[in-house]
Amino acid sequence: MKAKTHFAFFDEGSKKEIRRALLKAVAIPGYQVPFASREMPIARGWGTGGLQITLSLIGKQDVLKVIDQGADESVNAVSIKKLISKTTGVRLVERTEDATLIQSRHRIPEVPLTKNQILVLQVPMPEPLRGVEASEYQTKILHSEEDYSGAWLQLFEQVMKYGKTATGADHPVYVNGRYIMAPSPIPRFDNPKLHQSDALILFGAGREKKIYAVPPYADVSSLAFDDYPFQVESFAGENCHLCGAENVFLDELEDPVTNETIYQCNDTSYCLERLNENEEAEVRKTYA
Amino acid sequence: MHEAPLLRVRDLTKQFGEACSSCDGGENLEKNYCPTCGTVYACQNISFDLYPGEILGIVGESGSGKSSMMQCLYFDSEVTSGAVYLDHIPALAGKNVFALSSQQKRAIRNQQYGMVYQNPIRGLKMDFSSVGNIAEKLIAAGNRHVGDMEAVSKSLLEHVHIPLFRMKEEPRNFSGGMQQRVQIAKALSNNPPILFLDEVTTGLDLSVQANVLDLIKGIQRDLGISMIVVSHDLAVIRMLADRTIVMLNGSIIEDGLTDQILEDPQHAYTQQLVYSLL
Repeated sequence: MKAKTHFAFFDEGSKKEIRRALLKAVAIPGYQVPFASREMPIARGWGTGGLQITLSLIGKQDVLKVIDQGADESVNAVSIKKLISKTTGVRLVERTEDATLIQSRHRIPEVPLTKNQILVLQVPMPEPLRGVEASEYQTKILHSEEDYSGAWLQLFEQVMKYGKTATGADHPVYVNGRYIMAPSPIPRFDNPKLHQSDALILFGAGREKKIYAVPPYADVSSLAFDDYPFQVESFAGENCHLCGAENVFLDELEDPVTNETIYQCNDTSYCLERLNENEEAEVRKTYA
Repeated sequence: MHEAPLLRVRDLTKQFGEACSSCDGGENLEKNYCPTCGTVYACQNISFDLYPGEILGIVGESGSGKSSMMQCLYFDSEVTSGAVYLDHIPALAGKNVFALSSQQKRAIRNQQYGMVYQNPIRGLKMDFSSVGNIAEKLIAAGNRHVGDMEAVSKSLLEHVHIPLFRMKEEPRNFSGGMQQRVQIAKALSNNPPILFLDEVTTGLDLSVQANVLDLIKGIQRDLGISMIVVSHDLAVIRMLADRTIVMLNGSIIEDGLTDQILEDPQHAYTQQLVYSLL
């Protein structure tokens, strides 16, 4: 038997509850709002938090893009897209500029977002203090009293051990001068994009049952010591071996034939678009 | 001799339980609890002063309320009633510190107090380096400069005789005495005017005990920090404390100069305590 699902999978009551949590999250930037995470047709830890936010926000006019670590066509992105398009019928796109709603895992797109877009990030570990304090009861008190020595201590330990702050991803940020927040495992390269963003950025942690937000034009600063300033990943001198892009987040790959290290755009739609542009330009040149 | 006290404690009371009509206000108790409703009166109307640069000893048997009192003073647990005044801070003169907001209490804890727990597990993060543990207190007090914090931590660890080549090691790899010394270094890191020491030498062997006591005495002499030392060990109190308070069943039964209390105890319990010293 195949039952006809409700628009956007959820019943309206569920959407209402999630939207209420979202409103509270936007009102208190960086604060983790608990919500009743639903059982989803994908496993917890595979993007259910982001999916629930997307499903509670999406309307018939929306245009959706889903990214999984920069890629539009990886398994996770594709199955999330399938579920949403089957239950809503909205248009799916890959070009960042065309989307109104973007659900992403671990990347903020290279193309700057606009005020007409909403970015939904999937979060595995929403609590930036979990590494120093195992108890949720205690971390809630620490947040309420703005005692963030634990977050700084973790960075201090990295400096002691590795001589620099060594967060590979998920480098903690101060939001609106009040709450310290885990920006989800985006690379440090993407942290500055959170600051004074034109787009609304929402974070959903399905397994941990938390929703939080960075509203548009909010101040977001990455934690850094006076003598160890915050630094993004550097790809100085490298560019994408396909489209030649510089100053973007690059994946480091190994050429299977020559065993040389090569670099490639992590954001696949950005890379593809540049390739198409280059080709058009070449074609125009040859016919001119 | 009209020095102003650094810390004034007035009528500190801590009870566990709701109290009932038969024990209300601490009456009809059996030792320190009410036989009818089971409410425990851990501390009853404790009042004392702590003067700059002195070591105040607090002695009493297990369950006499020493540690409960310490936990209340360090804001680890809520008091039932009572007041503490820190008159040397102009902004807090005449204000009951227990009535402040939890943020303000945390600030006092981070800037005015140091605490050394009986069990290092409570005072240290065993999975973080020793330098990190000391830096945590500095970070909490507002320092954001790695170089500074590392230098302070190093000099403190040297002061408590932890070899510098082990400074980046986690305290969980250390012996009990070393852990206790790291804890003392941590407590000292932000130059607190007041230091609490809760049974710091209990469970250490004699030579290590002597080492730690030496260190504490040296710190008092060099830095002039006021300390409250809780112990059930009279030998420790005799060596460290200038003045001593004797507690029994949650109340102060005797107080005075340490020598006086040890040589000429007045209360029956103190006499028993002193004479049972081997």
